[in-house]
Amino acid sequence: MVKVLHIDAGKCTSCHQCEMACSYHHEGVFNPSKSRIKIFNFKDTGRNVPYVCTQCADAWCLQACPVDAISVNAATGAKEVSATLCVGCKVCTIACPFGTINYNSESTKVDKCDLCGGDPDCVKVCPTPALTFIEADQAGMDKMRHWAEKTDAGNQATS
Amino acid sequence: MAWTNNVLRVNLTDGTCKSEPLNTEWAKKYLGSRGLATKYYVEECDPKVDPLSADNKLIFATGPLTGTAAPTSGRWTVVTKGPLTGAIACSNSGGFFGAELKNAGWDMVIFEGKSAGPVYLDIKNDQAELKDASAMWGKSVWDTEDMLREACGDNDIRCASIGQAGESQVLFAGVINDKDRAAGRSGVGAVMGSKNLKAVSCRGTTGTQVGDPMAFMQATGACNQILADNPVTGEGLPTYGTQVLMNVINETGALPTHNSNDVQFDGASKIGGEAMAEPRESDGKANLVSNAACFGCPISCQRRSQMDPNHFSVAGQPKYHGNEGGLEYEAAWALGAATGVQDLEALTYCNYVCNEYGMDPISLGSTVAAAMELYKIGAITDADTGGLALEFGSAEALCKICDQTGLGEGFGKEIGQGSRRMTEKYGHPELSMTVKSQEFPAYDPRGIQGMGLTYATSNRGACHLRSYTVASEILGIPEKTDPLTSDGKAGLVMAFQDATAAFDAAGICIFTSFALTLDDVAPMINADLDGEWSSETLVEIGERIWNLERKFNMEAGFTAADDTLPARLLKDAAKTGPAKGKVSELGKMLPEYYELRGWTPEGVPSNETLSRLEL
Repeated sequence: MVKVLHIDAGKCTSCHQCEMACSYHHEGVFNPSKSRIKIFNFKDTGRNVPYVCTQCADAWCLQACPVDAISVNAATGAKEVSATLCVGCKVCTIACPFGTINYNSESTKVDKCDLCGGDPDCVKVCPTPALTFIEADQAGMDKMRHWAEKTDAGNQATS
Repeated sequence: MAWTNNVLRVNLTDGTCKSEPLNTEWAKKYLGSRGLATKYYVEECDPKVDPLSADNKLIFATGPLTGTAAPTSGRWTVVTKGPLTGAIACSNSGGFFGAELKNAGWDMVIFEGKSAGPVYLDIKNDQAELKDASAMWGKSVWDTEDMLREACGDNDIRCASIGQAGESQVLFAGVINDKDRAAGRSGVGAVMGSKNLKAVSCRGTTGTQVGDPMAFMQATGACNQILADNPVTGEGLPTYGTQVLMNVINETGALPTHNSNDVQFDGASKIGGEAMAEPRESDGKANLVSNAACFGCPISCQRRSQMDPNHFSVAGQPKYHGNEGGLEYEAAWALGAATGVQDLEALTYCNYVCNEYGMDPISLGSTVAAAMELYKIGAITDADTGGLALEFGSAEALCKICDQTGLGEGFGKEIGQGSRRMTEKYGHPELSMTVKSQEFPAYDPRGIQGMGLTYATSNRGACHLRSYTVASEILGIPEKTDPLTSDGKAGLVMAFQDATAAFDAAGICIFTSFALTLDDVAPMINADLDGEWSSETLVEIGERIWNLERKFNMEAGFTAADDTLPARLLKDAAKTGPAKGKVSELGKMLPEYYELRGWTPEGVPSNETLSRLEL
């Protein structure tokens, strides 16, 4: 079963630990600007939203890549960029509707989330946890359970 | 290595920005942030310097854990000589600015001189430049941040700035970063204003390296687990923030009320953490929207609030209707219990104003409380206040005077001088609840004896964040002591002072010390930096910092006579609650404290102590 990085934005406190874990894992440095996952803080509404590649089943970035540098990791389902094959043309950054694949001017390649090979470090450090790594087919279960609990037949009109 | 080894020196007189290497010998002895910046400061400034003159310097500093994955790694400090106190000032803030400064590659920024006109410092990694801030002068912190984002064309910059209060040199003006995180105390914002330095904008994409990443991740992981499992850091602070204390301290009989005439406030339950979370009577919504975190923080004690848009203080003013930084305990106490105001929305508004105009809510609320007592006894009248009825309990008067203070209007100009100067002017210095001219915070030393010694000996004037013995005396951390006895408090205060200085110097939040000991912190420092670091070396660094600050203050003109409390706390017994009949027993604790410190009976660090600490 494929697992997904699941985001519950309502639980995010904007501590940025996920960004540090991500940049450390991939770049060996604590540097939020190098993180593949990003926390967006909307100050006026107080909302903090983690945003990262959702690993589309039929991925725009993979389709658009002219040199087949993006492939599916069969074990994790992650769309991974081959640093050897990537030519830094950035077409994938145009194709991705969500902006979650980005060019890295230092490496001259593109970076995106690779699920850390199937055990994402961002999830491990998230304290609330706004980030979880769960089976893709079960992603809505917690929300269903939440609303199911509120559903009370006694409040509905009965004959 | 999470020292970047780069110091940015900004000469505001000449308009120059130069990089210089960090003094690594000092870094080993003073660690970083509060400690290292103070060392730089005392080496470069005359202790007698006028705090608001061009000769004073101002240092923004990070610690070696700032910007790393260590829990609460967002801390940074402002070090200077405080205009409110005339003592060493070190104000510590959270948010995101400090980590951004570190990620730009700087351990600290030293500002010297004075600019001819308003400027801001624009930092982008190793590039730093002073730019014209004429358009921002006169604007609030909130507007300034928006204008800086616009000017830099980068939504991801982090900012620290002063508002109107810092510009007009309100003596308790703070430096505010990320719109509502404050290096609040001792008037560090007034020093910034005196230099015509409006703001610092920063973008850092260089990142922060540690010495041994694997060991570092293990150490931070262990600390994160301890913080998550601890009832204070894992549950109490995330849920209610520091405001969890309001009802607890009131029941303890240690909530300074009505300018410390009382030790309990009958409106406490209406202004505390629980009240913030309950639906309002007016519109059925809660004041508290959520908690939030500073950079790297798993505790998330910040309050995010949303006011009733129809409350008299904000009606018709949409800029206050959004989601803003809400009340924390010290602010709620100072603006509320000290002044007798129990309107939670009014206090929230005044807290917003403190962030917007850049002021310390502790000194502001306490000074307003002193003014209310002056008004009550007739020492000031409507003729002085411009017709404003400064009566205890008046939410309307509180909101009005906070506005006036921030904008330097009317009687607010007197409030902006702090309570020591204001009460002296009107002939009643005994009504100022200060030590070394700084207003004390939300714990009455008659009901929590250790806090009396804490305030009296604090190097930056009265302060709870120099040795928070409340942890032991009320919360039982690391072990419970009786708040009503002064026995053993000299040693307790000293231990807390030294440990706190070490936490501050490391660049992490003192709130971690509810759960972490220096034995937990040492492995993070060890993995972060070269050299061998243990809890013993960290305590020694803390003691060295404490004595360095003390030595500076003595050279600035302070004596043991300044290690005292307002007469009200020493002579007028608590009227109600568990501490009824008690006064602060400072006189019993102080000689023992001097002796434990290795100071003379006159409170001067002995030569032996100074040489032991290599001072």
